[in-house]
Amino acid sequence: MDPLNAIVALSNFVLIPALAYGAQLALGALGVTLIYGILRFSNFAHGDTMAFGTMITILSTWGLQGMGVSFGVLPTALLALPFGILGTALFLLLTDRTIYAFYRKQRAAPVILVIVSMGVMFVMNGIVRFVIGVDDIGFADGERFIINARDFRDMTGLEEGLAVRTTTVITLVTAAIAVALLFWFLNRTRTGKSMRAYSDNEDLALLSGINPERVVAITWIIVAALATTAGVLYGLDKSFKAFTYFQLLLPIFASAIVGGLGSPIGAIAGGFVIAFSEVMITYAWKKVLGYMAPEALEPDGLVQLMSTDYKFAVSFAILIIVLLFRPTGLFRGQSV
Amino acid sequence: MSDYGSRGNKDRSITKSSDRLTAPPQRSEPRGTPRDASAPFLIGEAMTGGYGRGADILHSCTIAAEAGQIAVIVGPNGAGKSTAMKAIFGMLKLREGAVKIDGDDITGLSPQDRVAKGMAFVPQTQNVFTSMSVEENLEMGAFLRRDDIKGTMAQVYDLFPILKDKRRQAAGELSGGQRQQVAVGRALMTQPKVLMLDEPTAGVSPIVMDELFDRIIEIARTGITILMVEQNARQALEIAHKGYVLVQGANAYEGTGEELLANEEVRRTFLGGR
Repeated sequence: MDPLNAIVALSNFVLIPALAYGAQLALGALGVTLIYGILRFSNFAHGDTMAFGTMITILSTWGLQGMGVSFGVLPTALLALPFGILGTALFLLLTDRTIYAFYRKQRAAPVILVIVSMGVMFVMNGIVRFVIGVDDIGFADGERFIINARDFRDMTGLEEGLAVRTTTVITLVTAAIAVALLFWFLNRTRTGKSMRAYSDNEDLALLSGINPERVVAITWIIVAALATTAGVLYGLDKSFKAFTYFQLLLPIFASAIVGGLGSPIGAIAGGFVIAFSEVMITYAWKKVLGYMAPEALEPDGLVQLMSTDYKFAVSFAILIIVLLFRPTGLFRGQSV
Repeated sequence: MSDYGSRGNKDRSITKSSDRLTAPPQRSEPRGTPRDASAPFLIGEAMTGGYGRGADILHSCTIAAEAGQIAVIVGPNGAGKSTAMKAIFGMLKLREGAVKIDGDDITGLSPQDRVAKGMAFVPQTQNVFTSMSVEENLEMGAFLRRDDIKGTMAQVYDLFPILKDKRRQAAGELSGGQRQQVAVGRALMTQPKVLMLDEPTAGVSPIVMDELFDRIIEIARTGITILMVEQNARQALEIAHKGYVLVQGANAYEGTGEELLANEEVRRTFLGGR
């Protein structure tokens, strides 16, 4: 029995990674949920929007690095992030003007818009791969660790090391700031309230003189900011690869639906539910159980419920369970 | 019958009368009191039209309201009462006729533009933002205004004191009657000259209904013109300065509330009384 080492091992391999991954999913799911609440369709292009935003940010990062600009111990990508957001916002507004606006005018059914967004997804996917390529790209620079595993061991004398990476802390801090800003905007500002009103009751919003085109444009800008931030944080934490971002669509949608589509709080909760489930189910518990269980009961196998290759099955399973038993999600959003 | 051509459902039974219905009045000769010389504040004149490209629902229907007075539209189910009101608010396109407010022809304006012209509309259902607090509902009502809205909000709270107590509560959690108060309050936030209510008492208890009617009279006393569609014809006509009975999208009777209540035929056919 060695609970201290067990806790450290659990934090190092499960809690901290899941927290960072959860924050990234939450930011992604917030974008999905905003589009669903205000534009009333599931945006399949969201994963590729994240990829697009990250691509612009990476290109800007290289540009900044080329000019010799750096952000000290922090990654240069954080300085490039505003450019990424700006570029993505312009791109999304252009997409809306040229594509979605047409279907909105026709009052097309949501399912048609979903298919349209799939078309947009393929185009974005193509653009990103064409511009930046299909390979893995690491673009994190600056200090890698805040606490190094070896230093932690030396410091505490424990067997287990605890590593806290800079990108993890940046992810959590940035996500917290983004969420706080979003909630302040939606609940305190006139424009934010008009967005909620439009999402709640479109006709009544029109009767109150709220301009729908303005609401839609602002939604896209916010979505661009959220998606780019989520994409850049994910890329800093792991690495950037167009295909991985496309695959992120599933856990992000699962997060949004588990939390309740259209509910911003739900998207955040859903993000962490999915992240923790994914990490905990694919984690090999042998080490932690080894510290916790009496010697005689120490497990021989890895005690891994599922191989990490199957991590998407976890999101899928949770999604199906939620849709079966609580279709409106944890926070009573709209049912699908 | 020939007036209607092949349109309408030709179901005479809904009027419970074997008498031939009065033909839709000609523009210049309404029944009841003769229209006074000055034009009414709000008028939908000889409106003909329907939804989208569908058949006409309104047939040369005329509805008018004087400044600061209450005008009520009553009639059997499917008579086009709500449609007439929506036509005045610009929610359907008129094929013929015109809508004028204070002498201005607004026939071509969208509903949003009519809000800017001083009209406010309270739909029958889904007339509040359910997920938003009462106060936020009122704020959204005043969305077009750039000046200080605190005074108007205080007036609304004076009119409906219960809303002040519940101002932080989500409108979706309120009772039917309280929701209607929120809906009317939201509409009043634009400081309208004309308030249009589509069946404000649908689905509320008789006590709440009386209360709502009292409030509506109070609103009219502040100089706001009120046009409403009502299912509870008798109570509505009691408070109405002017009443319109529609049948199959056309004016059947019109007069002051008292006149209509006293009219033998109206009572027999629409009010279920003797």
